[in-house]
Amino acid sequence: MRMFRQATAEAMQPATTPRQTTAREPAPSAAPTYRTVGDHRAANPIITARDVNVYYGDKHAIQHVNLDIGLNEVIALIGPSGCGKSTFLRCLNRMNDTIESARVTGEIKLYDEDIYSKQMDVVMLRARVGMVFQKPNPFPKSIYDNVAYGPRIHGLARDRTELDEIVQKSLERAGLWNEVKDRLEEPGTGLSGGQQQRLCIARTIAVSPEVILMDEPCSALDPIATARIEDLIDELRQNYAIVIVTHSMQQAARVSQRTAYFHLGRLIEVGKTEEIFTNPRHKLTEDYITGRFG
Amino acid sequence: MSISTLLAALLALTSVAYIAGRRRAVVGSASAPIRTFHSLPGYYGGYVALWCLLPALALLAIWVVVEPIVLRAAVIDSLPPELAELPEDRFGLFLADVRNLVDGNLVFGAPDPAVQAAAERYAEVRKTSRHLLLGSLLVVGVASLVFALRRVQPAMRARIKVEKAIEYLLIGASLVAILTTIGIFLSVLFEALRFFRLVSPIDFLFGLEWSPQTAIREDQVGSSGAFGAVPLFVGTLLISGIAMLVAVPVGLMSAIYLSEYAGPRMRSWAKPLLELLAGIPTVVYGYFAALWVGPALRRLGDALGLEVASESALGAGLVMGIMIIPFVSSLSDDVINAVPQSLRDGSYGLGATKSETIRQVVLPAALPGIVGAVLLAVSRAIGETMIVVMAAGLAANLSLNPLEAVTTVTVQIVTLLVGDQEFDSAKTLAAFALGLVLFLVTLALNVVALRVVRKYREQYE
Repeated sequence: MRMFRQATAEAMQPATTPRQTTAREPAPSAAPTYRTVGDHRAANPIITARDVNVYYGDKHAIQHVNLDIGLNEVIALIGPSGCGKSTFLRCLNRMNDTIESARVTGEIKLYDEDIYSKQMDVVMLRARVGMVFQKPNPFPKSIYDNVAYGPRIHGLARDRTELDEIVQKSLERAGLWNEVKDRLEEPGTGLSGGQQQRLCIARTIAVSPEVILMDEPCSALDPIATARIEDLIDELRQNYAIVIVTHSMQQAARVSQRTAYFHLGRLIEVGKTEEIFTNPRHKLTEDYITGRFG
Repeated sequence: MSISTLLAALLALTSVAYIAGRRRAVVGSASAPIRTFHSLPGYYGGYVALWCLLPALALLAIWVVVEPIVLRAAVIDSLPPELAELPEDRFGLFLADVRNLVDGNLVFGAPDPAVQAAAERYAEVRKTSRHLLLGSLLVVGVASLVFALRRVQPAMRARIKVEKAIEYLLIGASLVAILTTIGIFLSVLFEALRFFRLVSPIDFLFGLEWSPQTAIREDQVGSSGAFGAVPLFVGTLLISGIAMLVAVPVGLMSAIYLSEYAGPRMRSWAKPLLELLAGIPTVVYGYFAALWVGPALRRLGDALGLEVASESALGAGLVMGIMIIPFVSSLSDDVINAVPQSLRDGSYGLGATKSETIRQVVLPAALPGIVGAVLLAVSRAIGETMIVVMAAGLAANLSLNPLEAVTTVTVQIVTLLVGDQEFDSAKTLAAFALGLVLFLVTLALNVVALRVVRKYREQYE
């Protein structure tokens, strides 16, 4: 962990980041480009990823992935462990910058801005592309301060009234307001696991992102808390584009409109969720969703 | 024959016992099916060795305690009555003379014939005693060896017994540390109580004047004998305060740099180098403070038109602060590292910069642990002696001006006890009262600090 962290210093000053390149470099392992089955394009794309490759040192973790993230839809990334779905997710808001050995090539655009270009400010990018993590990670602060953290660092509120409004609205949207409105000053770490995760979602919403990335957001929660988060994801779809990595195929089927199946760093198949689950076109997809492996 | 020779003989016997026990197990298991013996052969060796060593060692310990009593009685018996009826302390001196003569140490003047006679008697009895001891040690050692060797049977669970013995050994080792602490505390406490019989605790704790020279003659000048320790407490706090003003910001910032910004290569040499600072003997810091920092501050003061004593609180405090930096930085570094990476990720994921993340997430999360680290550093600063002895001066000024010379509790303890002192005057005993105060304060600080640190650790486990 230690050694990974220092890369962030550079990541925060994109102008001096030498490691990231937008030029298409030839892959060292020169694997033949795999053609994804299905249509990788979305109707209203916000993020477009083209020919994305990620290397961890010599390991080619993501190979030639093309995928769009569309407005008002949930796209689920599924696949066996180590297939690269989380790595791909973390490319979308440059969280991979914190890993020193990681190198990203290809092109990822947020609307028409290349997020790996030298002009892109990582701070602004992450405000626009928010992230919810696998394990609920509220800060050791009060519930209020947890939600107000993002608006404060980005200067989104002019005074306390505005900040109060943002906090309330975010907690309401995350479906947590009624449970915590009387104890906003209590520490966020005192909430239950499911409440903590909704607090983290509220915290992410509070900076008004356009895209929300969720990395297995329910894997540490019980079924009831999971159901609440899933309902919440469905509501949030009205305003945001959501990318969710999940190990649960039922969850993917329940919450997503599109599903992308990753296998060994390749995007094998992508399409409408009901088609992927009822009528997979690739053998590997079929084997995975019918539970033959993974 | 000295005790150490006997001990060596006993250890030799023990090694024989180990080899014999082990061999018996090896030979016994060679003809039997595998795993017939409950434990590995080494455990049987250890078992026999322990049986051989422990009873003999106990005997030796008893002998060492009892022998002087017996010798003393024997010498008294042989003495002419006028010597045997000497008062207790005079007789102690006489006995010491006798012992010195026997051991061939230097004795002043020609030995008294009475001493000579007593010494011969003493040496004779001791010789018999030692022979007797050697004999009984051998008997006990060999007997228990044979006894234990006969018990080396497949069903005997040697491993469990040896492991148990190891456990007791470890308990004994930790008891040594605990009992020593208690012993030190008690010895300081009793001497301090003797002091408080001479000077009232109220005068000591709240008196504003410190001048420990007590008059030997009635008409002596300048020996008022005032024992008000407040100037010392204030001086200690002043110097420790200055030290913390240096050590806390510098130590904390270097900890943040090391844990959050430094790359692995930088860290791998910078951290040991910083910790090297803790390995410099405090005497060396003392030179540095007295020969370099003090005069430099004085010259600087002259240039600015300020009156700076060459042994100022500022100089001693600055150098002490530098000495404490590694404590603060090393402990804080550990605490900061213990803050989970997921909190940092959460903050970065919201678009926070590195410094925002450190200031608003990492440091608040690590704060209790950092407080613990600072408290430990404070207790270290209060107890520090060598730097202040060399650089802080002796004058007990009641002053908060860092440019003046002040003195500390530790400095006064050193000056009170250095040189030839009688151990029944208030002046000497005052050192123990000061030591008691120092001990209690640092103990309290350590207890609080450790508690804070422990509470913090639980939070993320």
